[in-house]
Amino acid sequence: MKNLGSVFAAYLVGWAVFFVFYLTVARRTALLREELDRLKQSMKKGS
Amino acid sequence: MWKRGIIGAAVIALVGAAAYASFFIAPTERTMGTIQRIFYFHAASAWAGMTAFSVCFVANLLYVWRRQTKWDALGVSAAEVGLAFITIVLITGPIWAKPVWGIYWTWDARLTSTFVLWLLYISYLLLRTLIEEPDRRALLSALFGIFAFLDVPLVFGAIRWWRTQHPAPVIMGGPGSGLEPTMRAVFFFSVLALHTLMAFLIVERYGLEKLRTELDVVRREAEVV
Repeated sequence: MKNLGSVFAAYLVGWAVFFVFYLTVARRTALLREELDRLKQSMKKGS
Repeated sequence: MWKRGIIGAAVIALVGAAAYASFFIAPTERTMGTIQRIFYFHAASAWAGMTAFSVCFVANLLYVWRRQTKWDALGVSAAEVGLAFITIVLITGPIWAKPVWGIYWTWDARLTSTFVLWLLYISYLLLRTLIEEPDRRALLSALFGIFAFLDVPLVFGAIRWWRTQHPAPVIMGGPGSGLEPTMRAVFFFSVLALHTLMAFLIVERYGLEKLRTELDVVRREAEVV
């Protein structure tokens, strides 16, 4: 099983890229949703 | 919300099953040995990345034609996802190359055109951060996206038109090329799993872009009030 470590490393790095990408999308979505809710609240109070 | 969770779990299970098949079902390749198992992830990621860039290209064309925000949102979503897949290709390729070629990297036609493709889509995303006005940003990035896509057929053809260090194609290659049946089945299963993941990520990213558009509308309303 020569080079098995390299194969594992390749798969792990690949999954890490997907995971980090998904996390950044989820985080950006949460921040935008927060800002949208805040803005809607302040508009309600203003009207 | 729970629907998204179930779909996400199903996608993870599918990608996990593809990895299991690559490690435990695909036979060990005679010349390269275990390291060849990277192929199922590396090449399937490349196919998924190219499909994402094709989605971006179609969305860019539709934006130029129709000028509808949804096509701009789809274009940027597909470009980001495609970039994630091509990043994986550029990382897993050298890990595979080192034990087989003795080097991590060489400037041959396939590797160079893939690296240029990666740079082009990084530029596409950078360009979007430099333009404030939404319609202008959408139009210029769509035009740049159409130009960037010209490299995709070059990447596809590089190992067919020129003699390269990169292996010759085993799928859609010339006479005498091909894969052993189990290897072929595992490869296409990996392609299916990574395309499902790609579609899931594009939908998630598109949701973010829709939210951004909604926020812009509410901001404008708040300014008027």
